[in-house]
Amino acid sequence: MWSFVLKRLLHMIPLLLGVSLLTFLLMSLAPGDYFTALSQNPQISPATIAHLKAQFHLDQPWYVQYFYWFKSILHGDFGYSMAYKIPATSLIVQRLWNTFLLSFLALIIAWGIAIPLGIWAAVRKDSWVDRGCSLVAFVGLSVPDVLLSLLALWFAAASGWFPVGGAQSALYDFMPPAQQFWDRVHHLILPALVLAAADMAGIMRQMRSNLLDTLRAEYVTAARARGLGEGWVIYKHALRNAINPLLTIFGYSLAALLSGAFIVENIMAWPGLGRLTMEAFFAKDSYLVVDCVVMATALLVIGNFIADLLLAWSDPRIRLK
Amino acid sequence: MNETAPIQSANAEQPLSPWQLFRRRLKRRRIAMAGGAILIVLYLVALLAGFVAPYGFDRLDTNYSFHPPIWPRLQGLHLVVPRYEQAGSVFNYHIVANDSKPLHFFVRGDKYTLLGLIPATIHLFGTGDKDYPVYLLGADQFGRDVFSRLLYGSQISLSIGIVGIVLSFAFGMIIGGISGYFVGATDTVIMRLCELIMSIPALYLIISLRAAFPADMSSAKVYAMIIIILSFIGWASMARVIRGMTLSLREQQFVLAARALGQSHLKIIVRHILPNTFSYVIVAATLSVPYYILGEVVLSFLGVGIQEPSASWGNMLTAAQNTEYLRNYPWLLAPGAAIFVTVLAFNFLGDGLRDAADTKSL
Repeated sequence: MWSFVLKRLLHMIPLLLGVSLLTFLLMSLAPGDYFTALSQNPQISPATIAHLKAQFHLDQPWYVQYFYWFKSILHGDFGYSMAYKIPATSLIVQRLWNTFLLSFLALIIAWGIAIPLGIWAAVRKDSWVDRGCSLVAFVGLSVPDVLLSLLALWFAAASGWFPVGGAQSALYDFMPPAQQFWDRVHHLILPALVLAAADMAGIMRQMRSNLLDTLRAEYVTAARARGLGEGWVIYKHALRNAINPLLTIFGYSLAALLSGAFIVENIMAWPGLGRLTMEAFFAKDSYLVVDCVVMATALLVIGNFIADLLLAWSDPRIRLK
Repeated sequence: MNETAPIQSANAEQPLSPWQLFRRRLKRRRIAMAGGAILIVLYLVALLAGFVAPYGFDRLDTNYSFHPPIWPRLQGLHLVVPRYEQAGSVFNYHIVANDSKPLHFFVRGDKYTLLGLIPATIHLFGTGDKDYPVYLLGADQFGRDVFSRLLYGSQISLSIGIVGIVLSFAFGMIIGGISGYFVGATDTVIMRLCELIMSIPALYLIISLRAAFPADMSSAKVYAMIIIILSFIGWASMARVIRGMTLSLREQQFVLAARALGQSHLKIIVRHILPNTFSYVIVAATLSVPYYILGEVVLSFLGVGIQEPSASWGNMLTAAQNTEYLRNYPWLLAPGAAIFVTVLAFNFLGDGLRDAADTKSL
């Protein structure tokens, strides 16, 4: 087990290196940088700009920039955001935490609803429950995140039950801690629900078909023949095997979740990594864009790693490979 | 097989070709056929957008900003269009009683080029009077007809899906075929590259790819750029699956025979191995088109794709991001509904194709 963990961890390093190299190369292809706009300003002398450029190594070729960037990363330092004028590390950590919070809550909501629904639909195959769920799931698979977020925004504005975008109210700093917590939760609910809804349909359909496949297996027939109760057969024998392939789906669903979060954050003004990426992109704060992409990839890779661990833990055959 | 058919008696059981079996199974799936029919209509309308749309995509009239949808009504034997007037506050439109204009078909209007070639001015319907506009889906903040822009936008959004999928799948198939056929170092390098691309969350990769292009480009260049970006991401997953299929196909006897006959490696891959993956590829392509359409929508929505005044489903939705607009003028969400219908139709068709291509189900 430990060699498996170690192998997977070591595998992550070249991957993240490759991702950072690729993003760096792409950003260096971009015409102009953060200081291009500043150089139009007659109040800033060309010498100042040249000095600032040199400070950020922007006057060097991209591989030299990469080298400097990588060196500071090794020290746990993400550099200095040119656009925000604050250290990028604190910015990234705060935004990463927000994205993690949003995705994690969405994950819990999506799996918490989709798994029982999938089981229910499979056990009552061809009943109205099953048909209804299948129909809703099919429609749900086709609703784009963009539309769902806009509808949620419209709902928040029309009903007034939820704040329209943002992560906290204007008066957040003046609230007592309990109210602050509630304020955060209140802002989090709607984006998380939207993100979860986009993910739910796929998981439900997968759970249903997995369980149906397992229920057709011979050991299930054998268990029934031995006179075990139907509940025992389904939950003790079939379900445990049907859950396994879902752990693989978990990895894929994370990728979709992070891309979904990108859209939800940008539309519903949730200050996460996706929104920061767009802000940095528009400000041409190229190092910050690279930081964001690398952090998002790290989040995904670590999520996949956890999914693999869960899979190895539940299925010994994988551990041996 | 067709040459031998006349010899057999009419009553005898004729073995059906796999293609016939496939068509028979597909026809039995009503929903898939419905999805296909919707798509044919959508693409036909997109092709003839200039003719079907009553106005040009950039025709604006700020007197009619946020005009609500106008539906022609039946008066006697004629369809007539009522006139609206702003009364009281701004953008608050009311119908003017007993003031309407008959709706005509094949009327003269804004200039456009049919199929990008033939200059024309005839539109499917309209009143021919600019004081009596026909806004089937209302007007946006600049008083532009949402319905017309939706049709012009569909030209961009729908075609990007098809062009993108053809490009990236062709590329993915060849790369995947090469990877699976040659194995060894080639295979390792290609597969690591695929893993790299697939491990970056799609939208983050799309945005960093977007950064490599200049911010403002002509519409045609932006169109090409979006296709390049989406194809750059899409080929990887295709290549991986095709590689897996090629790995088992290359051990088959027909490949051995082709090799013994001295055919070149490339010919073996393209002519003998890849055709065996077609049934999978067609299903996967149908189910993947929505991702390409949505890719364009997100890029244009975020303001880094198709730029105004050109219309795309994505940049039309940008107006709906303003909650004030959204609350009062919900017809701005029309492009969202169009995206939903398109994606649903592709999913219906793709699901049906997958079931029909599955030879185990009869």
